Amino acid sequence: MSPLPEDKPLVIAGQTYRSRLLTGTGKYADLEQTRLATEAAGAEIVTVAIRRSNIGQDPKEPNLLDVLPPERYTILPNTAGCFTAEDAVRTCRLARELLDGKKLVKLEVLGDQKTLFPDMTQTLAAAETLIAEDFDVMVYTNDDPILARRFAEMGCVAVMPLAAPIGSGLGIQNRWNILTIVEEASVPILVDAGVGTASDAAIAMELGCDGVLMNTAIAGARDPVRMARAMKLAIEAGREAYLSGRIPRKRFASASSPLDGMFF
Amino acid sequence: MEIIVNGNPRACADGQTVSGLLDELGLGEKRVAVERNGELVPKSLHAEQQLGEGDQIEIVHAIGGG
Repeated sequence: MSPLPEDKPLVIAGQTYRSRLLTGTGKYADLEQTRLATEAAGAEIVTVAIRRSNIGQDPKEPNLLDVLPPERYTILPNTAGCFTAEDAVRTCRLARELLDGKKLVKLEVLGDQKTLFPDMTQTLAAAETLIAEDFDVMVYTNDDPILARRFAEMGCVAVMPLAAPIGSGLGIQNRWNILTIVEEASVPILVDAGVGTASDAAIAMELGCDGVLMNTAIAGARDPVRMARAMKLAIEAGREAYLSGRIPRKRFASASSPLDGMFF
Repeated sequence: MEIIVNGNPRACADGQTVSGLLDELGLGEKRVAVERNGELVPKSLHAEQQLGEGDQIEIVHAIGGG
């Protein structure tokens, strides 16, 4: 019997993480709920959006980075909402400035409002520029093994295929593609987008993904803090199951009790 | 002179700097980043970068997002 794989920590751009659950910070009722859910999820990497400051707002109003301080969390600025490579690159440059030169970014260039599927030609162009400008790029992509390999070869620090459309909660739609991406990976693979509930996250981890990034599945649940905990447990359970090596599927039964020593 | 800040026109004194504008807006102490006419203005240049007539200024910060 071949030995089972040993677990190793998640390493992204040279940084080691214990948690394999990355969370978004959008759609929460308020900053306190954001903080509590992030803590319950045990997330160490949290995504943020970059948007216009509200001119004339009370300057004492608390800000996201006050409740999720960059000294404690790895803040992952996201180019969500960008539909061109140019806007995504601008967003990343602003984000790096905002975060005192930290160069880790989540690149996401969307192609269409209805599906929010990524525009892969724009994403490739943006990734090339960002890598040339020394950004560490975690790239959101379609569940396409050929593109995933291409992004890794270009120098992206993590490849993040979608499970299903952003915010859809449909779960992993093409687990064979995710499996192929994972098997051929030379950088961490994280499922990003489309998770609906804990079992979806567990499936991603059972397939061998290095982690999962989610937002709506937690923030949109009736009890987000409790769902954050459920997701944490699912990620851990899925990872353990992956490392344990599941039994092969068989069409017919195989008795659990011994056949020897029967007295009837 | 007039400049555009986050999409809205705003009167601005001649020779005003990026730092001066941020102070005027109460954002001097906040964690923000600034773009002038589509180009990032690094923090190290805020004090010396002067604004010009019709400049398009974007001031951004981090908010909740996926």
